[in-house]
Amino acid sequence: MSSFIDYTVNGLVVGNIYALLAVGLALIFGVANLINFAHGSVYTFGAYIGWAAVTFLHTPLPVTMLIVFVACAGLGVVIERVGLRPLQGKARIAPLLATIGLSFVLDQLVQLVFSPDPRAVPSDLPDWRLAVGDGSIGAMDILIAAVGLASAALLYVFLRFTKLGFAVRATAQDREAAQQMGVNVDAVNSAVFAIASALGGLSGLLVGMYYNHIDPAMSFQATLKGVVAQVIGGVGNVPGAIVGSLLLGLTESYGIALLGTTYRNLFAFVLLIAFLLWLPNGLFGGRATIQSEPLVGSFIAPSRPIRLPRWAVAALALAAFALPLATSAPYLLQTLTNAWLAAMLALSLTLIAGTAGQISFGHAGLLAIGGYASALLALDLGAPPILSIPAAGLITAGLGALLVFPAFRLRGHYIAIATLAIGEIVSLVILNWEGLTGGAMGLTGIPPLSFLGQDIFSNRAIYWLCLAIVVSLAALQARFLNSHFGRTLRAVREDEIAARSYGIKLDRYKGLAFAFGGFGAGVSGAIAAHLYSYLNNQTFDSQLSLLALTMVILGGMGNVLGAIVGAVALVGLPELFRVAAEYRILIYGVVLLLLIRFRPQGLLGTV
Amino acid sequence: MAPLLDIRGLTRRFGGVVAVKALDLTVGEGEFVSLIGPNGAGKTTTFNMISGLERLDGGEVRFAGRSIQGLTPEAIAALGLARTFQHGRVFANLSVEDNVLLGAHTRLRAVKPRLPVIGPLAELVLALVRPPAVKKEEQALKAEAREILNLFGERLTPRLDHPAYSLSYANRRRVEIARALALRPRLLLLDEPTAGMNPTETAEMQALIATLKGRGVTILLIEHKLDLVMQLSDRVYVLDDGVKIAEGPPEKVRNDPAVIEAYLGHREIGRAASSVEVVAS
Repeated sequence: MSSFIDYTVNGLVVGNIYALLAVGLALIFGVANLINFAHGSVYTFGAYIGWAAVTFLHTPLPVTMLIVFVACAGLGVVIERVGLRPLQGKARIAPLLATIGLSFVLDQLVQLVFSPDPRAVPSDLPDWRLAVGDGSIGAMDILIAAVGLASAALLYVFLRFTKLGFAVRATAQDREAAQQMGVNVDAVNSAVFAIASALGGLSGLLVGMYYNHIDPAMSFQATLKGVVAQVIGGVGNVPGAIVGSLLLGLTESYGIALLGTTYRNLFAFVLLIAFLLWLPNGLFGGRATIQSEPLVGSFIAPSRPIRLPRWAVAALALAAFALPLATSAPYLLQTLTNAWLAAMLALSLTLIAGTAGQISFGHAGLLAIGGYASALLALDLGAPPILSIPAAGLITAGLGALLVFPAFRLRGHYIAIATLAIGEIVSLVILNWEGLTGGAMGLTGIPPLSFLGQDIFSNRAIYWLCLAIVVSLAALQARFLNSHFGRTLRAVREDEIAARSYGIKLDRYKGLAFAFGGFGAGVSGAIAAHLYSYLNNQTFDSQLSLLALTMVILGGMGNVLGAIVGAVALVGLPELFRVAAEYRILIYGVVLLLLIRFRPQGLLGTV
Repeated sequence: MAPLLDIRGLTRRFGGVVAVKALDLTVGEGEFVSLIGPNGAGKTTTFNMISGLERLDGGEVRFAGRSIQGLTPEAIAALGLARTFQHGRVFANLSVEDNVLLGAHTRLRAVKPRLPVIGPLAELVLALVRPPAVKKEEQALKAEAREILNLFGERLTPRLDHPAYSLSYANRRRVEIARALALRPRLLLLDEPTAGMNPTETAEMQALIATLKGRGVTILLIEHKLDLVMQLSDRVYVLDDGVKIAEGPPEKVRNDPAVIEAYLGHREIGRAASSVEVVAS
């Protein structure tokens, strides 16, 4: 691979693969107004079904494709039935979170059944290449292009000329009206999920054959790429999704040619942010953004929070402080210390996503900033942790608010996508800025926690330190919310138009929420850095962001005590009951699904 | 003296439709002015343009002696303009009290020092530290919020800490007006405050609006219930298809043939008749 033609062919092939994903996402967004975060999991599922068929049944390619197509269509129907249909009429965020829960479950099931090891997908395609100019085109390239074109053509015929296609388009335009006219909307949704998932599964199979490599961790990136392609083309726009995918594929391919493979995703996410900011309706969307009517309490489940009396909260805190006096079991103390670190993150996220309504999917990025800031201050400047940790908190507050600032004008789903991308960008910048961060090698030898020159190694001391920070941050946050900031941020969450009409400057208050929340998350990341003594760009990954969101939902969005309860429940309990690591994500997924279905306001209630 | 609100040639187009066409409208200090007209006449669009939510395609809006077009809604609110919304936009998950306190946001002084650049940080620190001045301000606002809610008799005062989503429809509308009053507006825009209310509730709302008028609040009202409009207004503007078809004191407007036609829909009857003819021929 060296010539311009090779890079172009590669870009178009990858673009075709993205298109198969993005078209499905667009169809689903059209009828269900939902960004399906489980779509990448279907893609992985398709890849593994194909691998299993070829490996165990020795099926020829057309049969393999048929098996993948049918199996993934079935999975799509299941996703619609579990993740979407029971949640009609619930908060708008509910189906989105349900698909995240489903993706946890599906990815983990794939991993448990097929093992986490990467696999090679054998291909029975002839190994010839056609020379074109100074490049070449292989059989695989032609196959992928053919599948892409054929799918697009079939989809066009289906949407344009079949009765079900009419029903799909009618539902996409106006769900209620279609229903009134006798369209079975549930059946339409089911069909759309089946078609979208079948195409997504094929995409996974083709990718497996193209790179001769599949692994269960590829879901998340696939979802992201599909979403990026969709945003470029205009969310919910099928032809737009295809053009967006090809553009994304070409951009990535040329980007790699210029700068190297570690920059591939950086291009994708920078492109995403650029489109969200300057062309949020994509290439094919109209210019005017439609101001959506505020559905009363639409993004957060209304509830009356459970308020514990002060003495009960004080008693809980005292019991937590007294625990190390009763036991010195290192395992228990370390586990709870991890829970306290998670609680700092959850406190931060519950403020930003819960109170201010800015659903952030990239919160681990704040941990990374805090961790690297403190580590670099300690390593390069010799700052003691007692100074470098609060400094890291402040740096995270400032940098975090600054990075998200351009996304403040976005709302709902879009702010979630933007924060997700910003989180990924932070990780990719860390990977590529080797001079500062050590790149993929990471930072080693980060000094341990210390106080006045005394290193802190004892489990008890670390436990107390982290607990004290959690309690202080929680008390500070409660006081913050008890001031005019509490009602102001919640007003921003409830209805931006009404808030502005009463003089609230949105940027100012969103910025302050991110700054306040960023501090706590930065401190958490900084302490973790000193405890682990090692960091790299994957220490705080996007899965952690989604886990933090699960904690926040479990405790009750915006609920300060709830965030701590959620962190202890999800980080502490599985560890204490020694649940094997591979089942943990499965549990998170199931917890998320059950919560959204049966107790969307969380354990202690949304505030 | 220039009127408090002075609108000249206000125009707004949506695609090919002219929603509001070259509208002139003034509201003097202390005056009670109503804006009436059939559905789709452009009344709410006019409100949206005055309050900064909708851009102008032409014309000028002057408020309190300065031009406010191009200003953001938050800046216009800070100049002393409060509005309610046609379909009601209370903050559903906020308590009744918090909804009203939020209306006073533009009046926060002690906790929001007017400092360049470090203003937001100062606000954060003051809210956390809470010096006496900040506490006093919050207490005073809370007392004032109770007073405002007392205007509605026993409707809202027993429900201070109830979230707004749990209130009846009429009570949500009342909360919205209470929130607007907390801004201490120089001009209050009311968009169909009695929409969807039964006769008793409407009479109660009319009494309240009369009280506000008695207290000298300057009001621009959109309303379909003509009895209320005719009894309270100093002047009435009538809009139809985005065009002003009449203006003046209530008794003059009431007898204007153009207004009667717009309301009784002579043209509609005519149109229906002509389409019958087409079918018949």
